Amino acid sequence: MILGLVALGAPLGDSCLSRGMTSMPPISLAHPLSLVSAIFTPWIGAGIVLLIGFFASYLTALSWADLTYVLPATAFGNVIVALFARFWLHESISWQRWAGIVLITVGVGFVTQGPSLTERPVESAEPDEAVEGRVR
Amino acid sequence: MTGVHPGAWAAAAMIAAVVLTSTAGEVLTAAAMKSVGDLDEIRAKSGLKGAIRGVVTCPLFFMGVFFLSLSFFSLLFALNHLSLSLAAPASASLTLITNAIAGKIFLRENVDRRRWISAGLVCVGVYFLAH
Repeated sequence: MILGLVALGAPLGDSCLSRGMTSMPPISLAHPLSLVSAIFTPWIGAGIVLLIGFFASYLTALSWADLTYVLPATAFGNVIVALFARFWLHESISWQRWAGIVLITVGVGFVTQGPSLTERPVESAEPDEAVEGRVR
Repeated sequence: MTGVHPGAWAAAAMIAAVVLTSTAGEVLTAAAMKSVGDLDEIRAKSGLKGAIRGVVTCPLFFMGVFFLSLSFFSLLFALNHLSLSLAAPASASLTLITNAIAGKIFLRENVDRRRWISAGLVCVGVYFLAH
């Protein structure tokens, strides 16, 4: 579920930011405060909330899984965006993109079949405490 | 380099900057979260405040965020000089490979054949998807 939130949060958050920023008038570097007011628009606010959710889920996933397990799984978000574009926005998808979707899906399916965390030997100095920690 | 049409070496340097800073950020963040411990367990024991305290009191986490910020600005700089269809897929794909190498070396993760194949498949898939 956490990996699902990671995969969904980033692309949806980026999409909201993109939608919000393109609907705003051009922002000049001479008026940087107009960027602050952009934060309070609905699309950009929603994008920021989604990206905060993404980062919290990403950190949670990294606390119990290897980086080399989490990163390929998060790439599945690209597939979700492409399918979203195809079936909701009715955009056409080239054969290269379908090939990309298949490769990412196979790659993510492949890595998630394996262990999520590298097994490390338990320190022998405090065996009782280690066992107690696991039971708790 | 004219700034409008950067040469191949300049383009490679820009993409390398994105990939290296992103990899450093990801590895440092992952190391920070491993040192903090399982956030689900911490939250169950000490609540959300305890989990947040655990993260924000870890110096490695801020080093990771610093490099991730550098990566973000490097990407913005690269996008200012290179086309999106080159910079985005190239950096996203290469980062998967460099993270697998860095995870094995610095985090001592067990990057077995399954993970190498998966990283390779996703890397090629991201490249195709962005074209």
